[in-house]
Amino acid sequence: MSPAAGLGALGAGSLALVRNLGHFTIFSLRLVAAGGQRPWRGHRLLREIYDSGVLSLVIVCISGIAVGAVLGLQGHNTLVRFGAEENLGAVVGLSLIRELGPVLTSLLVAGRAGSAMAAEIASMKLTEQLDGLRMMSVDPLDFVGAPKASAMILSMPLLATLFTLFGIFGGYLVGVVVLGGDAGSYLSTLQDAVRFSEDVAGGLLKGLVFGVLVALIATYRGFTAQPSSAGVSAAATSTVVIASVATLVSDYFITALWGY
Amino acid sequence: MRESPRQELWVGAFVFVGLAAIAYLSIAIGGLRAGGPGGLEIVATFDEIGGLKNRARVVVGGVKVGQVKSVALAPDFRARVTLDVDRRLELPTDSSASILTSGVLGDQYIALEPGGGEEEGAKGPKFLAAGDEIQYTQGAVILERLIGKLIQNLGSGSSKNDGSDTGADGAISEEGSE
Amino acid sequence: MDAASAVVNPIEIEARGLCYTRGTRVIMDEFSCVFPRGRISVLAGPSGSGKTTLLRMIACLIHPDRGAIRIDGEADLAQMGAAAVRAFRRRVGMLFQGGALLDSMSVFDNVALPLREHSELGEAQIRDEVHRVFAAVGLEAVDDLLPGQLSGGMVKRAGLARALIENPDLLLCDEPFSGLDPPTVRRIEALLQQVNESVGATMLITSHHTQSTLRIADHLVLLQDGAAISGATEALLHDDPRVAEFFAEAPSREAAECAP
Repeated sequence: MSPAAGLGALGAGSLALVRNLGHFTIFSLRLVAAGGQRPWRGHRLLREIYDSGVLSLVIVCISGIAVGAVLGLQGHNTLVRFGAEENLGAVVGLSLIRELGPVLTSLLVAGRAGSAMAAEIASMKLTEQLDGLRMMSVDPLDFVGAPKASAMILSMPLLATLFTLFGIFGGYLVGVVVLGGDAGSYLSTLQDAVRFSEDVAGGLLKGLVFGVLVALIATYRGFTAQPSSAGVSAAATSTVVIASVATLVSDYFITALWGY
Repeated sequence: MRESPRQELWVGAFVFVGLAAIAYLSIAIGGLRAGGPGGLEIVATFDEIGGLKNRARVVVGGVKVGQVKSVALAPDFRARVTLDVDRRLELPTDSSASILTSGVLGDQYIALEPGGGEEEGAKGPKFLAAGDEIQYTQGAVILERLIGKLIQNLGSGSSKNDGSDTGADGAISEEGSE
Repeated sequence: MDAASAVVNPIEIEARGLCYTRGTRVIMDEFSCVFPRGRISVLAGPSGSGKTTLLRMIACLIHPDRGAIRIDGEADLAQMGAAAVRAFRRRVGMLFQGGALLDSMSVFDNVALPLREHSELGEAQIRDEVHRVFAAVGLEAVDDLLPGQLSGGMVKRAGLARALIENPDLLLCDEPFSGLDPPTVRRIEALLQQVNESVGATMLITSHHTQSTLRIADHLVLLQDGAAISGATEALLHDDPRVAEFFAEAPSREAAECAP
């Protein structure tokens, strides 16, 4: 490709990106508007919380313990060099609460529930179920999209916190039970180091923001999917990719802004 | 719209456990308290605050009673520190505030020492109220200056040569003892 | 709403000068025809001739590039605002090719959906209405089944039940005979005719099953080269050689499509 053609492609790509971003923003606003009106779809919300939240519990809790255990191990090995291994609780706790809990949970949930959500909506589009709703004067954004998105936004901070707690427990298992550290020090340094306003609140905010991102991206990719089987799988995979990148990028900005 | 009772149960359990986890993390580990631990704002001005940061702890006798709310530069180029301490604290108006370091290389914090309560008011000893200023302060000890002073003292002690007094790194000033 | 003697105001539709191009393909070119009130009209034509496109235009799911679709000689569907479209759709029932039932809900809940969304009827009354339409379309004991558990013919019947439950003035059916074995096709034909007699709605059916078309169509619209040849079935077959030719070579085409 000649430099001129390459530049042209870059320009076209950038324009397409901006257009997509605009389309996505308008979609999100319509979704919020649709979901913010009566009738409240309590039953559907319940079902969606089950699909996004409850069904993600297993992967979140197991991964939480695993990550906490690794943190315990790595943390111990590093702190020992400075003679500071009794601070393991603080290290594991702060890493999880501020960063790893919300971020890893978001990546896991985007992969499991986000892709499922996008695929389900895309497949409903393919089988004309969304058109069927429109013909019954029911707005698919209100009936399908908003409950799914709301469920994800609600579930993410809860899942992130559970991940964190399981992680702290995993760190405890390794640091205290396996490596023989002091249980009292683990918990006391943890409590001393963690402050609600800086650490916990920041982590919860991240969980919420990531939940919003994954929810909107998954719903958007589902509703704008190509009506074909390839389109359904593209909706799922693009959701995982975009939501993961969005999580990591926004993580930086939230960390920078929160940590002033 | 058929939801099984089992699904309902799981969702309810999930939300309950999740909220409980958040509460536990916030309160038991994060130290969140209803109404906050502070409420009483008092001020102290230091020549030098060293590495004292916002939210550094404020202790009395080793017990945490509050935190540093903000640090600003006073018009006379000293550091004006606002403390947010437990509103139930009754500190006599002649109490003092010092900036100490936990351990040799740890965080800096403010230690308050209650005074003798000699200033009497209408109903007995007067206590610090919101907005009051602590009169007696002791600034932070800067380690580098301490070492510099030590080197200088050793140098002037062991060698009787005059003029070979190379100044130690940084200016040596009288530390804020009032 | 008393079901047995439901008052229905069947709609008359007139399409005038419709033009629709997708990319380089001209699907409709100055297409005009009339769909008479209360009759069964069948849109026939080879695959890709625009039958489903026209049906979707009448359903307001897509808009023509140019032209008008007049309802009862007055409102133009192509120019309607969202509220007017919603009001119009309340008078329309649509049977999609795949049924388009929501696959996460039971058949009962699917058919009851329009009533639950639009009417103030209590659950007991809704149950009666649903069972009434089930009887009308010949379904029994399907209440708790999921759409995925139904046979092809039952899916069509369930979709039809949902389209009929609010006593529509216009019934749109997209390929109601597709994917069914010949005996079932006959049964669905009979069902559609019966519905036309009892409910009295205007019915628009797209089909490339020529035998079925000839059997049930009162009014025929043949799409060829983007334009319409329309008229009463008998008359058209006798008078228009193109129509006669299309249906003459049909049996072999149909047999080829039915072959496994």
